[in-house]
Amino acid sequence: METLKEKNKDAKKTTAMKVSGAEAIIHCLLAEGVDILYGYPGGAIMPVYDELYKFQDKLTHILTRHEQGATHAAQGFARVTGRVGVAMATSGPGATNLVTGLADAQIDSTPMVCITGQVTRHLLGSDAFQETDIIGISTPVTKWNYQITKAEEIPEILAKAFYIARSGRPGPVLVDITKNAQFDELDFSYEHCTGIRSYNPVPKPNTEAIDAAAKLINEAKKPMIVFGQGVILGQAEDELKELIEKSGIPAAWTILGLSALDSDHPLNVGMVGMHGNYAPNMLTNECDVLIAIGMRFDDRVTGNLDTYAKQAKVIHFEIDPAEINKNVTADVAVLGNSKETLGMILPKIKENKHEAWHNEFKKRYKIEFDAVIKDELHPTKEGMTMAEVINEINTASGHKAVIVSDVGQHQMIACRYSKFKQSKSNITSGGLGTMGFALPAAIGAKMGAMDREVVAIIGDGGYQMTIQELGTIFQNKTPVKIVVLNNEHLGMVRQWQELFFESRYASTVMSNPNFVKIAEGYDITAKKITDRKDLKATIAEMLASKDAYFLEVRVEKEDNVFPMIPSGASVSDIRLK
Amino acid sequence: MKKEWFTISVYAENNVGLLNRISGIFLKRHINIESLNVSKSEIENVSKFTIVVNTTEDWTRKIVQQIEKQIEVIKAFFHDDDEIIYQESALFKVASHLLFDERQIQNIIKESNSQIVTVSRDFFVLAKSGRRHEIDEMHEALLPYGIMQFVRSGRIAVSKAEMPISKLLKNFYQD
Repeated sequence: METLKEKNKDAKKTTAMKVSGAEAIIHCLLAEGVDILYGYPGGAIMPVYDELYKFQDKLTHILTRHEQGATHAAQGFARVTGRVGVAMATSGPGATNLVTGLADAQIDSTPMVCITGQVTRHLLGSDAFQETDIIGISTPVTKWNYQITKAEEIPEILAKAFYIARSGRPGPVLVDITKNAQFDELDFSYEHCTGIRSYNPVPKPNTEAIDAAAKLINEAKKPMIVFGQGVILGQAEDELKELIEKSGIPAAWTILGLSALDSDHPLNVGMVGMHGNYAPNMLTNECDVLIAIGMRFDDRVTGNLDTYAKQAKVIHFEIDPAEINKNVTADVAVLGNSKETLGMILPKIKENKHEAWHNEFKKRYKIEFDAVIKDELHPTKEGMTMAEVINEINTASGHKAVIVSDVGQHQMIACRYSKFKQSKSNITSGGLGTMGFALPAAIGAKMGAMDREVVAIIGDGGYQMTIQELGTIFQNKTPVKIVVLNNEHLGMVRQWQELFFESRYASTVMSNPNFVKIAEGYDITAKKITDRKDLKATIAEMLASKDAYFLEVRVEKEDNVFPMIPSGASVSDIRLK
Repeated sequence: MKKEWFTISVYAENNVGLLNRISGIFLKRHINIESLNVSKSEIENVSKFTIVVNTTEDWTRKIVQQIEKQIEVIKAFFHDDDEIIYQESALFKVASHLLFDERQIQNIIKESNSQIVTVSRDFFVLAKSGRRHEIDEMHEALLPYGIMQFVRSGRIAVSKAEMPISKLLKNFYQD
């Protein structure tokens, strides 16, 4: 996000000119550095689409096949670039179809601006054709929203929208614009928003808190770091690495913290949470100081709060004051941008090595390896495991691919077994758990990082929730690689049914269509493999392809994801089988 | 933790939709708003929401954090009843003939320290400001004689300690 800010520094206030509201919207987007947006036209947004037609050399509009796809594509773009993703839709159903993407971006702190058309001002409240109260509907799932009813409001409100979406803890903003405001003329001039008096996006770090945190860290015998997406959003990857290396403290990531640190870093001890690694989950309840950085103690991370890290002093580095003491009480709260606060604490941290303590992690990794990982990566049974597929993709891509996963078993496996060398390489729906996220998010991710390999890992259930976006790939020739791990079940729900509902598989068995034919219908090279012996060669072929490629892998039908912290159990009650 | 009465004071920009955003924070947590008042504040162009809840201090603190997080909220505070001066207002519409037929009515008016706002041939209106229990007592006293209409406002409150809003705003403009 810094880069965009930098870029915009030179963009002086443009001089006033008479334009329509619709044209003003385009100028605002251009002034904010937007060069691509995702959307779907319709009656109430047509004046803006008319301007998009005129400005297509400067601003690329990607027509998705559903508005939800537009939001997830914008999210994928935002997550891989760190810039604000933009989605556009018409009023009524166009607007309501954005809601899932907004909710997803809200809970996963993704910077996104959604622009919706609205019926003309004098029709507001008359139940006009395609009128819906999208402001009312989107309020709980947006960082901010606003309805523009006059053309002259457009520049100031859009400037605010982009500022709010990307500053502090990022999030989605929705701006609803009535049709009359798009048609009417205004004297256009643009000024970037640099502050709002009621909004303090980045709290100033408190040096006393920094000192207190440094003291706790320096005196700790068994300290442990858990870091989340705050490190990526704050661009604090280097500071995190330096902190870990200087202090010798083992560090675990949350699902959204993945890729902020090299997977193979010796002090990276894996993932915390429900299907995270055994060692960091177990040792959360044995450490003496728990250093949480840019994470929010989600229930999927903490399990039962009454038994979560009760023995430990908790230090919480966080940009959002509302997260402090929300789920876990912090002994020391360090508010501020993670890059700044970690930078401030670094000189106060004593060099250390916690070898004996680090060995406790290694010991438990060995336990997990023997009980779970070995069989997952090198199965002796006939059916393929999801993990061996992920592992092959990873190895063959040199751990450089952007992995976009959907939601469910394959997501947990992708997050457990993918290895990363570069930040912003793991894109998944963490907080909301939105099935159908991956395919459109992968489109946005690829468009945001054309020089990188983007592989979508999707289950057979989630794939069919947004499968229509194959049309977007077809039309734009977007070279994404799509891997469907087909177990003919809604795997994660089936797993819970097996474990907690006595194997009553209510509505989790799926009869699937011929996915290869469907992909071929969109002119996408497609293959299905059912035998392990074809895995290596097919993945090599997929990665070598310059175009989009669809690969269906038939995996074992009733595999379970382990380790697992049963819902409501303590992190140290993690099950290996 | 036990439930208590807390008064939340929110200083915010006067914008359409903010009330919806704030009430949604309570809705999401299934917490009832016991009383709500929106008015101007001591600062020009800054609104003040006064919200009363009956919940634990922990929940109240978390709600206040979420309220403060809203873009258009400048600052939010919460106080228990000992930390504020607070009142509610009520209007009672009563049949006029009772003034003459029931001697006790005049005593109720005197003892409750209420004011007669208007008197017409058919009804008169009493206004009473004070603590909730004082209004409840007056309501109870009048009830046997018949109350044609009754309404009570949300709580309004000022804190005994300072609410440093002006300073916050000044800092913003200096930065």
